[in-house]
Amino acid sequence: MLDNINLLTLAPSLNVQLLLDGLFIGAIFVLAAYGLALVWGVMNVKNLAQGEFVIMGGYLAWHLGTYNVHPILSLPIVAILMFGFGWVLYVAIIKYVVTRDLFTSLLATFGIALVVQQALNLAYGPEVRTAESGFGTRSFFGGLVTVAEIKFISFALAVLLAAGVIVFMKKSRMGQAIRATSQDPRAAKVMGINTEKVYAFTYALNGAICGAAGVLVSMIWVIQPFYGVPHSIRSFVIVTAAGLGNLPGVILAGLGLGMAEQYSGFVLGAQFQQATVVGLLVVVLVWRQIQMAQHRQVVK
Amino acid sequence: MTGNWKSPALYAAILAFGVAAPFLFPGYTTQIAILWMMILFALTWDIAGGQMGYNSLGNIFFFGAGMYLSAVIQVGMFTDVGTYTSARGGEQLVLGYGDYFVSVFAGMAVAAVGCVLFAIVIGWVMFGLRGPYFAIGTLGIALSARELASTWEWIGGGSGIAMPVYPGLPDEKSQVSYIILFVLAILTFLSVRWLYTTRFGLAINAIRDDEEKAEAMGVHTTRYKIIAWSVSAFFLGMSGAVFGNMTGFVEPMEVAFPTVTFGIFMVVMSLLGGKGTLWGPVIGATVFHIIKEVTWTYMLGWQWVALGVLIIVNVVFFQQGIMGWAQDKWPEFFGIEVEEASAAGDEEAA
Amino acid sequence: MGAMIEVRNVSKAFGGVQANQDVSMDVTEGGITGLIGPNGSGKTTLFNSIVGYHPIDGGSIRFEGQEISKFRVPQIARLGMLRTFQQTRIYGNMNCVKNMLISVPHRSMGFLEIFGDHSTQELEKAEHLLEFVGLYGKRKLMAGDLSFGQQKLLEFAMALMNDPKVLLLDEPTAGINPTLINGLIDRLKRANEEFGITLFVIEHNMRVIMNLAEHIYCLAHGEMLAEGTPETIRNDQRVIDAYLGAH
Ligand SMILES: Nc1ncnc2c1ncn2[C@@H]1O[C@H](COP(=O)(O)OP(=O)(O)OP(=O)(O)O)[C@@H](O)[C@H]1O
Ligand SMILES: [Mg+2]
Repeated sequence: MLDNINLLTLAPSLNVQLLLDGLFIGAIFVLAAYGLALVWGVMNVKNLAQGEFVIMGGYLAWHLGTYNVHPILSLPIVAILMFGFGWVLYVAIIKYVVTRDLFTSLLATFGIALVVQQALNLAYGPEVRTAESGFGTRSFFGGLVTVAEIKFISFALAVLLAAGVIVFMKKSRMGQAIRATSQDPRAAKVMGINTEKVYAFTYALNGAICGAAGVLVSMIWVIQPFYGVPHSIRSFVIVTAAGLGNLPGVILAGLGLGMAEQYSGFVLGAQFQQATVVGLLVVVLVWRQIQMAQHRQVVK
Repeated sequence: MTGNWKSPALYAAILAFGVAAPFLFPGYTTQIAILWMMILFALTWDIAGGQMGYNSLGNIFFFGAGMYLSAVIQVGMFTDVGTYTSARGGEQLVLGYGDYFVSVFAGMAVAAVGCVLFAIVIGWVMFGLRGPYFAIGTLGIALSARELASTWEWIGGGSGIAMPVYPGLPDEKSQVSYIILFVLAILTFLSVRWLYTTRFGLAINAIRDDEEKAEAMGVHTTRYKIIAWSVSAFFLGMSGAVFGNMTGFVEPMEVAFPTVTFGIFMVVMSLLGGKGTLWGPVIGATVFHIIKEVTWTYMLGWQWVALGVLIIVNVVFFQQGIMGWAQDKWPEFFGIEVEEASAAGDEEAA
Repeated sequence: MGAMIEVRNVSKAFGGVQANQDVSMDVTEGGITGLIGPNGSGKTTLFNSIVGYHPIDGGSIRFEGQEISKFRVPQIARLGMLRTFQQTRIYGNMNCVKNMLISVPHRSMGFLEIFGDHSTQELEKAEHLLEFVGLYGKRKLMAGDLSFGQQKLLEFAMALMNDPKVLLLDEPTAGINPTLINGLIDRLKRANEEFGITLFVIEHNMRVIMNLAEHIYCLAHGEMLAEGTPETIRNDQRVIDAYLGAH
């Protein structure tokens, strides 16, 4: 472990490598976390199936790849499919939990997570997979830092997607309706907003965002039916650390988490990467409590 | 609370079944032993989850922690743990009857006490969290423990620890495990039944219904919450110790911290039976376990999908559970006296 | 007699809204102190600051000489300062007696007592207090089935059950049937005299507060506008203006 820390100080370019990798993967975490903050803030649903949506999006891209559809091209297709999936889930299940107590939505979405991961396992088996994009790699600093071109592309796509969603939320009619509903559902209803439709759209939009994030994951990383859980936890860590409705916070926390994972994976060993995520969850929750206690409040 | 369902005949029947089962269905001793453990799971989950409104997704932590504690104690009583685990199960500990049972009961005792200490320390941190944060935080604890156990070489890391070998025949071993789990389940039931009638029971119900109000009345909410979790931890820790010995091998992923199997079953069984009731968890565990044992192997991999669907249907469309539904349907049978009392009260007031 | 609660220069803002600005006041031990003010003048906010519901931006709050502005709600409650809620809060799914038993005083409860049953004295005390507020006949009823006014009475009885030193009541007569208000005033006074409980009462109903309180404070726009005996307040032009202006 100390050897690895030494290595980082002896070869500073390694830091660049870790930071870059963290940045690329963190951008994807930001997308999924933003989706969670959206459904959480607007309809108060803590979606535990967040990670499964991501992985499902990844498998859809992989599946389309078997028909020779390039993952970048499959991205809009997957987003649309996942939007539909989210809408169906809303109508079948989520609709009934929006007004209920928090644990209901948590457990119901946990049930969804279980169904999705198991169905993926039945359909695609437990092997770890990557969607082939066929780009090369680039070297910097005389070969000390190598970055696959697809990672740059993925990062650009993530930024583009995020910008698109933000503009959509600001400018479009539906986006404004969503924001109005999240601030005061009753007032929104009085003003003639169909909140039921807003909720359905929000949940579906979250599905689309996660699905798109999943396509990126499948291009630059790996997917596996049971890799959804860490993604869900990441989203929760990020949203909890940043607080609801704090977009810059979500971006910072997401990128930070990406880098923290790269560093701990390098310094402690790859088997600690998962432990870092759950460990950070506990740390963030404790930190939030200390923060709230100073305000004579609790974390709820 | 539904402590009014006092039917001596029912208790006698359950006890008689428990005692006779290993003789009546000798081929199913292990399955029925697991049923008792499931009842223990559901009952202990319901203390915080149903009666206090703190829905933990990580109670399996105590099960696994108890299992590892007992493993380390039982092995440590006779040999050096580090050397033993680094041999990767090369030689298993073979003990005589006396040593074996002393080690098992010592392991259970340490597991119980150790888990209570864990509950106090972790509870101190976790019970500042409310609602979904508590659920996710406890899930984080269970997952962290699992990761920690898989990387900690002294306790065997991912490859685990082999428990001492039972000195007798396998059939005898399953009977012994059966007896211990049966007794544990009965003790758990009697303990929670009694606890729910005390000040403690009323206080945790108050926390569930309106914690802010309870705080405003000066109730020691944190203390009650930690006690509630400690009771769960006490019994779960012991059940983990027994289960480790039953399996003969302790390993972090599937045996000690099976978060998505046992860990979720606890929640599902309480919900299915009706959370926040005394008998709900017992009924839920029984129904769930029987359905699971009968159908599991025929579902060819779809059982997990079915489990997910069951959770969804249960929480979304059948949240009152079997017990809640039955109480609505036949209130007189459960001795629910509200209606009559309210009628009488109105007359008096008039 | 001295001041039981001393509030000094307390300020509290919610975002841009200055709910309390530099408020100072005393609650006299053994007495009945009133707090009035138009809607939104910051009365409930001041209560919440005192009982530890939220942090204050500045100033000091002392209870029996002890600084409590950093304490949390249950700690303060266990010191013997209790509050009722403007939006009445009772345990709707439990009967009245259980509601009462929840609020047995916890400050002196030993660890083992937690696992004991409620004593006969406690049960008797609960029933006695329910009788005191006129709910004895409804004691087995689910509290949620009571009328709004009865729920307020139950909340009042729950607070008495706790043996508080001082009781902060947020609009005790709001929503209560006018024919019952005199009875309630009488009970508040008896709680003060017979049980020796200091009272600090927010009230909109001028007739009630003039009848009840010995000393009255008036808030307007978050600032302390006036204080004095009911007589002084009644004749204070600023108070009259504040109320007229608000209506
Ligand atoms: N939690 C809060 N967040 C934001 N603003 C608040 C909050 N609580 C109170 N306020 C604002 O502070 C001001 C004072 O409110 P407060 O409830 O203290 O008034 P009040 O005197 O009790 O009024 P009422 O007679 O209607 O009960 C109001 O403008 C209110 O909108
Ligand atoms: Mg008010």
